[in-house]
Amino acid sequence: MVCDICGKNPATVHLTEIIDDQMNELHLCEECARQKSAQMESQFGLSDLLAGMVDFEKPSIDKEADTLACPSCKLTYADFKKIGRLGCGECYTAFRKYLAPLLKRIHGSSMHVGKNPQGGTKLAPKPDSLGDLRGQLQKAIEAEAFEEAAHLRDQIKEIERRGQDGA
Amino acid sequence: MELSDLLQHTSEWLKGTGPNSDIVISSRVRLARNLDKYPFPHWAAKEQGEEILAKIDEAKGKIDFLKNTTTFKLAKMDNLDKQFLVERHLMSHEHAQKKDSKAIMIDDEEIIAIMVNEEDHLRIQVMQSGFNLFEAWDIINRIDDRLSKELNVAFSREWGYLTACPTNTGTGMRGSVMLHLPALVMTRQINRVLAAISKLSFTTRGLYGEGTQATGNFFQISNQVSLGHSEEEIIENINGLIKQIIEQENQAREVLLGQSKALLEDRISRSFGILKNAYIISSQETIELLSMIRLGSDLGMIKDVDRSRINELFIITQPAHLQKLENKKITSQDRDMKRAELVRSKLNQ
Ligand SMILES: [Zn+2]
Ligand SMILES: [Zn+2]
Repeated sequence: MVCDICGKNPATVHLTEIIDDQMNELHLCEECARQKSAQMESQFGLSDLLAGMVDFEKPSIDKEADTLACPSCKLTYADFKKIGRLGCGECYTAFRKYLAPLLKRIHGSSMHVGKNPQGGTKLAPKPDSLGDLRGQLQKAIEAEAFEEAAHLRDQIKEIERRGQDGA
Repeated sequence: MELSDLLQHTSEWLKGTGPNSDIVISSRVRLARNLDKYPFPHWAAKEQGEEILAKIDEAKGKIDFLKNTTTFKLAKMDNLDKQFLVERHLMSHEHAQKKDSKAIMIDDEEIIAIMVNEEDHLRIQVMQSGFNLFEAWDIINRIDDRLSKELNVAFSREWGYLTACPTNTGTGMRGSVMLHLPALVMTRQINRVLAAISKLSFTTRGLYGEGTQATGNFFQISNQVSLGHSEEEIIENINGLIKQIIEQENQAREVLLGQSKALLEDRISRSFGILKNAYIISSQETIELLSMIRLGSDLGMIKDVDRSRINELFIITQPAHLQKLENKKITSQDRDMKRAELVRSKLNQ
């Protein structure tokens, strides 16, 4: 399949675009997709981009992820990529491995801070404290979010190095 | 309450009162919530949708300060009524699309609007006139606390409130402020401001919802990030940003007054003249000209029309409002005539 925009390069990114409630499938090459996504982002904000965003991940993990299904509502990860919506609260647990890095990319964080249904409030952890980063690293490894883990490991090293320098 | 009762009074967000109401039209906070153990609306079977709606309606009935709130089922509403609620910013455009198991709960003052089975089971919204995010948060926080006592809400300690779309996960909160920035547009500073806003991960939308072009110099600014910051922090951040934008708009107004006062006065008076004399006018042109009148009123150039009447005109000249006022369906061409007639009568009073 060739790219819908340039008609030259092979299409590797598949976007769903919604204009005036009409859904359009777009098949784009990497380069055109990036241009398109910048354009969509400025027009629509983040949410409409989501279906496309998931597809920016490496294709190798796609096959394995696609077959994952939520035991509670039966939505598959492939469904989620297609519609950009999860099926139920349990989906978060079922797709944890893929959602953790996605949430991090969207929000720059993957830990809730704020109120809960019991009326309490969880305060923000001290920024970049070593213990907190180690906890996050552990979580990232458990979730097999290795890219995130590598990033956290670098941060921890940096803080430890600065500590030794007495800075 | 009947839907047509809303026609008789001005929506909270159009009152033209509250802090900084020359530049800030309204402040709004919304929370996305879902019931535990039920599929999200788009994935739920029809019976489940009905069950969810019944549960939420029952919970609402037990809450004292929601007693002046009426539930309207979308299945029983015609397209005109739905469009009417969208124009009043009580309901999203998406919510109006499909009707199954959907409802909207509105309080008499139009401060509270709760959409049931929109993208999430609950979309709670609180509106305030002017620059008033903290008060909106305070009200919605209490509503949410009470609803959480009656309903089992989907929540994870790690990721917070679980929502259908991961862009809302965490607090499930969106705070937004509607601004009128004519001077930044006229001095061609607006793109610089909007670019800075998006770099700070805030979104900008037009007067009417998602993806619409900004018309009449109205801009809706809201937070994009909902996970990793507390509700108060998010509100503080928007608040800080809005303060800066207000300052920039005020500076741009000073510049216009200092450098091109005659031009500005000319443009404002011409706009006023067209509105007071036109016999056919589109809603787009009406909004653009009203924007000029509003600026003229802010700057004291137009004295005999107050802000609340201008605000009222913004909304009653919308297509569904015109038809509700006339109590019948009107073609687009006839609407342009009715609209001109209505504007003439309101401005020549
Ligand atoms: Zn291409
Ligand atoms: Zn599920």
